Amino acid sequence: MDLFLLETCISGLMAGVMYALVALGFVLIFKASGVFNFSQGVLCLFAALTLFDFLSEKGWFARIFGFALPVWLAIICTIFVMIGLAWLIERLILRYLINTDPIILFMATIGLSFILEGVGDILFGSDVKPLDIGIPQGAWDYLLDNHNFYVEKLEVVAAATAAILVATLALFFNRTRIGRALRAVADDHQAALSVGISLNTIWVIVWSVSGIVALVAGVMWGSKSGIQFSLSLIALKALPVLILGGFTSIPGAIVGGLIIGVGEKVAEVYAGPFVGGAIENWFAYMLALGFLLFRPQGLFGERIIERV
Amino acid sequence: MIYREAGQFKASYPADQAIFPIRQDQVALVIVILIAVFVVPVVIDDYWSNAVLLPFFVYALAAMGLNILTGYCGQVSLGTGGFMAVGAYSTYKLITSFPDLSFILVVILSGVITAGVGILFGLPSLRIKGFYLAVATLAAQFFLVWLFNKVGWFFNYNATGQITVTRMKVFGVLVTGPEATPTAKYLFCLTFVLVFALVAKNIVRGRIGRSWMAIRDMDIAAELIGIRPLYAKLSAFAISSFYVGMAGSLFFAVYLGAVEPTEAFGIEQSFLVLFMVIIGGLGTILGSFLGSAFMALMPILLKNGLVDGLQVEVVTAKHIEIIVMGTLIVVFLIVEPHGLARLWQIMKEKLRLWPFPY
Repeated sequence: MDLFLLETCISGLMAGVMYALVALGFVLIFKASGVFNFSQGVLCLFAALTLFDFLSEKGWFARIFGFALPVWLAIICTIFVMIGLAWLIERLILRYLINTDPIILFMATIGLSFILEGVGDILFGSDVKPLDIGIPQGAWDYLLDNHNFYVEKLEVVAAATAAILVATLALFFNRTRIGRALRAVADDHQAALSVGISLNTIWVIVWSVSGIVALVAGVMWGSKSGIQFSLSLIALKALPVLILGGFTSIPGAIVGGLIIGVGEKVAEVYAGPFVGGAIENWFAYMLALGFLLFRPQGLFGERIIERV
Repeated sequence: MIYREAGQFKASYPADQAIFPIRQDQVALVIVILIAVFVVPVVIDDYWSNAVLLPFFVYALAAMGLNILTGYCGQVSLGTGGFMAVGAYSTYKLITSFPDLSFILVVILSGVITAGVGILFGLPSLRIKGFYLAVATLAAQFFLVWLFNKVGWFFNYNATGQITVTRMKVFGVLVTGPEATPTAKYLFCLTFVLVFALVAKNIVRGRIGRSWMAIRDMDIAAELIGIRPLYAKLSAFAISSFYVGMAGSLFFAVYLGAVEPTEAFGIEQSFLVLFMVIIGGLGTILGSFLGSAFMALMPILLKNGLVDGLQVEVVTAKHIEIIVMGTLIVVFLIVEPHGLARLWQIMKEKLRLWPFPY
């Protein structure tokens, strides 16, 4: 196989993993609460900003306590912040929107993303911040020297992290009590309620989990391109991944991400020059649309059964 | 007391089927229109026209369009910005290719062209539903904006990639460009909004509007009683895009004068219009007006209040504005998910009994 094509594909796969990381957060929330959470992108941004604040010498934490945290402690603290945020979101917004139309919930999350964006800007400033938590950067020298093959180290780390994350989530969903409760809620809200599962608790948990997933995605994207406002726009990158893989499927998010990543890179390299370039904005959507015409519920989505 | 329809008897079907069957509504509407047509043009100045009323009209038209699609036919669309861009670029191509064409015709033709594009992007709706469709319409949004950025033919190969309006006259009065008086621009937009609001109101009351609502409420059931989803959905996409296209045309030609696609027709525009529709009330024409008034005026009020009133820095004010907007949206959705139009309805109910509610 052509080495260049292979290189393009691998770089596409890696980019796909990054998209999948964001899409994963969407899927978790949609599965458990039926909320199409548009604020996932801003959650990533917010998580990355919080982490940066804990690490930075000039952050709020350092200003108040006089020292910045080491990386591992900062990550734990950020996780707690995300859990607190999830609790607040459930407490202040979701609780009041039970049983409303999906579109109302969707709009509410857009409102939420405005709020988070504004708060993030005011608290942490809107300049670009380089995030460095020790993830190796640059090309993988061994492959570059011996095989003339370019692979980003960061993307390899991201792929490995994503694999660990998905495995952990799978274990969590299948082997723990809470995981079972989550799946019960996803299947049927009312039935879950009637066997004594608290919807509110479940929602806090699921938003916390997707906050943590957002943190992972935010760290990866932040290390790659710096923490900046445009980070919140990766939500738009994750949407085609979602509809391609199906809103309710975790493997769908991963596979969808990979397909979109590869498709986008290959199209950009081979078809881009003919139409003037910059097609990555819409190509993913068109690709997903093409798939949807054959499978309206996405590749791995649950079959849509409609009854009158 | 004030709002009581007791004693207003309808003696014929036409009277019973009137758009505004209650006398108080008729009187109020006539008063509003009279003020809008005769009083406002006299007192209007540049600031009011450009900052407040023109965007209000443009967005009211766009919100009406989206409301037809989302509120009446139940197809969520996030492609409004892209369709507005189609309207704007059609207008540009029409006025540069056929300078002698009447400007009224140009705006309507832009709507027709947008309707065609809307049908094209509406085709997936026959197979895809719900949020899958909403995300699929984003394809239209991104693709169209990219198209207008990349293909030189659309902006006549000029170096900046911007499109700028030429001076267009309607009945000998200049309505576009910086030299046009605020009154002329105002009246031009007002006419469009009034006429097409009336048209929309009638469409949604008629057979076609009812078929949309049937599709919205349950498409399989609608299909079983003999409504063809193909026609219902595509006609909703067509008419909705027609309105949105005209809004885009006015947005470009009358309101802004010069636009750049990424800035003016980005995804924020789509969300803004969707917010207007939801805050105003899904499935009501009145709601489109209330929603666009709310969303167009709110930022101005906030900005004036914060920057001039409280002396906040402009950058901080921008951030506070985002937070307040977000909070308002969330609070609104929690308090009244059916929108401002529903509040208006509740108020009418209350007024009917007031001051003796028992």
